[in-house]
Amino acid sequence: MDINLTLIGQSIAMLVFVWFCMKFIWPPVMKAIEERQTQIANGLAAAERGQQSLDRAKAESGQIVDEARKQATSILDQAHARANEIITDGKKAGAKERERQLVAASAEIEQEANRVREELRGQVSAIAVASAEKILMREIDAKAHEDILSKLAAQL
Amino acid sequence: MTAIGIRKRDTRMASEGGHGPQTSGEYIQHHLQNLQVCRAENGEWIWNHCAGNPVAINVDSMAISVILGVVFVWLFSRAAKKSSSGSPGKFQAFVEIVVDFIDSSVKDTFHGKSRLIAPLALTIFMWVFLMNLMDLIPVDWLPMAGQLVGVPYLKVVPTTDVNITFGMSIAVFFLVLFYSIRSKGIGGFIGELTLHPIAPPLKGAGLIAAPFIIAFNFILESVALLAKPLSLSLRLFGNMFAGELIFILIALLGLWQLPLHFGWAVFHVLIVTLQAFIFMMLTVVYLTLASEEH
Repeated sequence: MDINLTLIGQSIAMLVFVWFCMKFIWPPVMKAIEERQTQIANGLAAAERGQQSLDRAKAESGQIVDEARKQATSILDQAHARANEIITDGKKAGAKERERQLVAASAEIEQEANRVREELRGQVSAIAVASAEKILMREIDAKAHEDILSKLAAQL
Repeated sequence: MTAIGIRKRDTRMASEGGHGPQTSGEYIQHHLQNLQVCRAENGEWIWNHCAGNPVAINVDSMAISVILGVVFVWLFSRAAKKSSSGSPGKFQAFVEIVVDFIDSSVKDTFHGKSRLIAPLALTIFMWVFLMNLMDLIPVDWLPMAGQLVGVPYLKVVPTTDVNITFGMSIAVFFLVLFYSIRSKGIGGFIGELTLHPIAPPLKGAGLIAAPFIIAFNFILESVALLAKPLSLSLRLFGNMFAGELIFILIALLGLWQLPLHFGWAVFHVLIVTLQAFIFMMLTVVYLTLASEEH
């Protein structure tokens, strides 16, 4: 319990330890802590930036998707319009073709009818001539009475 | 660990306590005796018969405190050497937590710039903490181990030695003087000691009273100045000495010591940390007061 030299020894020991701590312990530990602080701050800032760019990318991709959707809709509309157009055209073309064929058919029928009529007329005139031959019982010169026969045929 | 220590103590108490050569008083006395070496009047250095001799060294306190200081310095400098700004290991993280805690405590109090005060606070905190922590080793372990290898006395907790606490507070005291003189100059420091708290009159008839007032101020301020290291050391010493004494008394109780020792040890963990913190914090406060401009 007495005060003795231990007091001075302890004071010296303490000063030595404090000096050592000040020289070799405190600065490196403090430096490491401060460096890590800046690193963490930088990391947080980088994460923040990353988050922001992610948000931007998300917005951008949303825009792109919207645009694509719009495009697809317009393409679809165009296709519908085109299809309608094609159908209308086809209908028109069909109608025209039908008309044309109808006209051609009726012309043909007319022609045929005319031809048949001509033939019939010829036959009728031949029959008439034959009947007249029979009636007259004499030969008629067909050539000499050509004009009469054709006039007759035209009248039939 | 504690259980083994207690068992050891129990067997010893059973064999010696009642009818052995050692009474309870002797047991306590033995535990409170330092291992000393001193210079006798004939100039020889002798062991352990040093009562009242000022030229003596408490070898056990000195050795254990220096060993603990070296342990602190070694552990922390190893962590400091390895410390990098990358992700820290567990021990480095512990060291950094302690350092950061000390740093923020110091910055809260001391606003000037000083390369010394924060490392000083760290050293004081960790060193006093480790010395106090020796109190949690069961009181008989190290003394009995010491007796086995021929060391007759061993006081394990350095901070229960008033020389140790006083030695530290005196070092702090000199730092306080140094900081006072550095920030205020010698004149300012003397002025602080003599011109407060009663300002002496500078002219007129009161001038006759001035020397008395200055003397009065000087006595008052000197007492206040000297009370700082005294209270600093005696607070730590008193707390740790009382704690250690109670551990010793509990060790005398036979089987009852088991719950009591546990309870007191748990409570003592608080005291150990708190006293280390108080010693550190008051040191910082004194140095702050010393270096403040008025």
